[in-house]
Amino acid sequence: MEKFQIENLDLYYDNFQALKQVYLNIPAKEITAFIGPSGCGKSTLLKSLNRMNDLIEGCRITGSARLDGEDIYGDMDINMLRKRVGMVFQKPNPFPMSIYDNIAFGPRTHGIKSKVKLDDIVERSLRDAAIWEEAKDRLKKSALGLSGGQQQRLCIARALAVGPEVLLMDEPTSALDPISTAKIEELASDLKKNYTIIIVTHNMQQAVRISDYTAFFLLGEVIEYDKTEKLFSMPKDKRTEDYITGRFG
Amino acid sequence: MNKINTRNNAQKWLSYRKSPASFLMYLAVNIAAVITICLLLFIVIYILIKGIPHLSPQLFQWLYNSENVSLMPALINTILMLLLSLLLAVPVGIFSSVYLVEYANRGNKMVGLIRITAETLSGIPSIVYGLFGYLCFVIMLHWGVSLLAGAFTLAIMILPLIMRTTEEALKSVPDTYREGSFGLGAGRLRTVFKIVLPSAVPGILAGIILSIGRILGESAALIYTAGSVAQVPTSVFDSTRTLSVHMYVLASEGLYIDQTYATAVVLLIIVVVINALSGFVARKIGREN
Amino acid sequence: MKNHKEQIFKIIFAITACISIVSVILICVFLFVNGVPAIGKIGIFKFLLGTEWRPANDIYGILPMILGSIYVTAGALVIGVPIGILTAVYLAKFCPNWLYGFIKPAIDLLAGIPSVVYGFFGLVVLVPFVRDNFGGNGPSMLTASILLGIMILPTIISVSEASIRAVPDHYYEGGLALGASHERSVFFTVLPAAKSGVFAAVILGVGRAIGETMAVMMVAGNQARMPDGILKGVRTMTTNIVLEMGYSADLHREALIATAVVLFVFILIINLSFSLLKRRIN
Repeated sequence: MEKFQIENLDLYYDNFQALKQVYLNIPAKEITAFIGPSGCGKSTLLKSLNRMNDLIEGCRITGSARLDGEDIYGDMDINMLRKRVGMVFQKPNPFPMSIYDNIAFGPRTHGIKSKVKLDDIVERSLRDAAIWEEAKDRLKKSALGLSGGQQQRLCIARALAVGPEVLLMDEPTSALDPISTAKIEELASDLKKNYTIIIVTHNMQQAVRISDYTAFFLLGEVIEYDKTEKLFSMPKDKRTEDYITGRFG
Repeated sequence: MNKINTRNNAQKWLSYRKSPASFLMYLAVNIAAVITICLLLFIVIYILIKGIPHLSPQLFQWLYNSENVSLMPALINTILMLLLSLLLAVPVGIFSSVYLVEYANRGNKMVGLIRITAETLSGIPSIVYGLFGYLCFVIMLHWGVSLLAGAFTLAIMILPLIMRTTEEALKSVPDTYREGSFGLGAGRLRTVFKIVLPSAVPGILAGIILSIGRILGESAALIYTAGSVAQVPTSVFDSTRTLSVHMYVLASEGLYIDQTYATAVVLLIIVVVINALSGFVARKIGREN
Repeated sequence: MKNHKEQIFKIIFAITACISIVSVILICVFLFVNGVPAIGKIGIFKFLLGTEWRPANDIYGILPMILGSIYVTAGALVIGVPIGILTAVYLAKFCPNWLYGFIKPAIDLLAGIPSVVYGFFGLVVLVPFVRDNFGGNGPSMLTASILLGIMILPTIISVSEASIRAVPDHYYEGGLALGASHERSVFFTVLPAAKSGVFAAVILGVGRAIGETMAVMMVAGNQARMPDGILKGVRTMTTNIVLEMGYSADLHREALIATAVVLFVFILIINLSFSLLKRRIN
């Protein structure tokens, strides 16, 4: 079952072509990893899936991207798209407000006002993101007081609170220590029961540890896309082999 | 191929229909901006329409009398007042910023005190300056209501402005310049005058232009210090009226409404020129950095 | 010889740097020495809380002027703050680039217009407008509030805009990624993050409004009596000084200087809260 179907997608920043003819089918309720050297377009593709690239002036996309068969660049409402496709950023970015308000921000945005419902959503999201135990006694305290790893799990909880189908994770552990990283990886593996996850990572070991599928990007092209174990054990392309054996990048 | 990452108006409209609160916020900011711009346009256009027809040559005759209501003496006085107060405030402002940035050590208690007092000065209303100038310069020093008393009052008033802008300009001079100069054996003083100050000129200039704007618009601080005699002074101890004071006197007399409009036009034009100058200098600084 | 010159200039720089300190001390000394004895003579409570100002009978109560200043400033905030903050949000987050190039200089122009020009505009436009549409004589608390509201706009707009622009983009993006619209992200993530700066802008606006003299004098009516409705004339502390300084003598003059002392204390409190806020932002 395919969640995303990306066909012949090109992306330009003014005259620079950042993605070249990308074809990719991303399976539902699995973890797909995007790997490749810096500037290869993996984050750019990720941000095309919830239309965050629309913010960049001079960005031009052609081709098509569909979510459950529905064109995300067509008549689908952009805010609904982002509700369905949540995102976790490279640097934890909790809002400068309380933990509770951070989580409740999304549901409130989408019209939930009842205190009881909100309380329930906040608890459930924090539990799902494995941060409930650490946060339950300080819900009214500023989220900025949490550690980096806790902040990132809070951001995951915040994304879960709006009830997404997909979670886009843009190098979510690059700013974290190894222990926090392990927690996030464990969390991602738990979450794939209910969510489709796409994770951009610099760290090939991370891709091996948690992902089911892996796409290797180079200079804006998808060089190879396969089951993770296959891609890492028997790469078909010479360039993939060079990259995973550490010969460049 | 066509760019797909755009949203047409129909899609945007649909989004707003789903979320009326967002639409209200969108309306609110647009309405506020329109109000602000309309207010400005209304004030400016109203004054231009009422004033331009009365910009007669009479208004620019050398001598003021109640027939011609000439603004020429006031204009000349304004320039004299500008020059005199800048002459007093600019060197002091620049030198004190040099002290703060180039000489004072970190953690020097004086620096904190100077900053606090400069901040306090910049918040004092002009009428308080006027009162102080009146008590100190006019009465205690026996200068009388005069050009000199007015200029000293204004000089204190613009001092914090010049200090702040100069300080910022000096701080933005890269340390490599200073190191280069010291490396060549130049002393601190030579470095300040030959290297640091010249590279800070645009920033200092920006501060001076802002001060000119402030002096030009000032009236409350001048009424009891420089007075309102509508003649070009023969000495610094003569009373003078600047253009703003001139306009205030005309407006409160209520006898020369047409000429008041015309004077307002002249003031507006000067403000526009000053703003254009300061924009030009700001762009120049922006480019250099 | 060379070293001598270095030393001399260092001393010159240090002395000039002290001029701002000396100025503040001088201003305080002149105001307090001339004003405080008057407060003593009149009696502090009679002076601050007295509801009558009748110099001819040696009655000097400045409560009407204190309230006048506060009411007019509050009125200016009611008008200037919402429009100012919303305009700042527009400029920082909604305005297309090509338009910004026109609007920004326009706001700067609004800031550069001299108070007398504002006052004159108030006199010839706002006063008749208020008289014809709301009643009363025209010069009134309402008129002064509207005019001051316009005058504090550029201050509020530019300081708020700067603080909104200083908010890191990741708050805004975080909001969008949760499915919030552009407007919601701006109002509920960016604006709260900029709130100290916006608050500082409002405080600066208060300082500007409470200290404004000439423009207020031309439109406020200036009756020295307790404020009595928004369509009635009002006198502020600043206008009290300017109106009567010219012909006052003895205790009357000292009472005017004492009015300036009270105004000065108000301004010091405002400045203090501004710098405290600024410190919090940094």
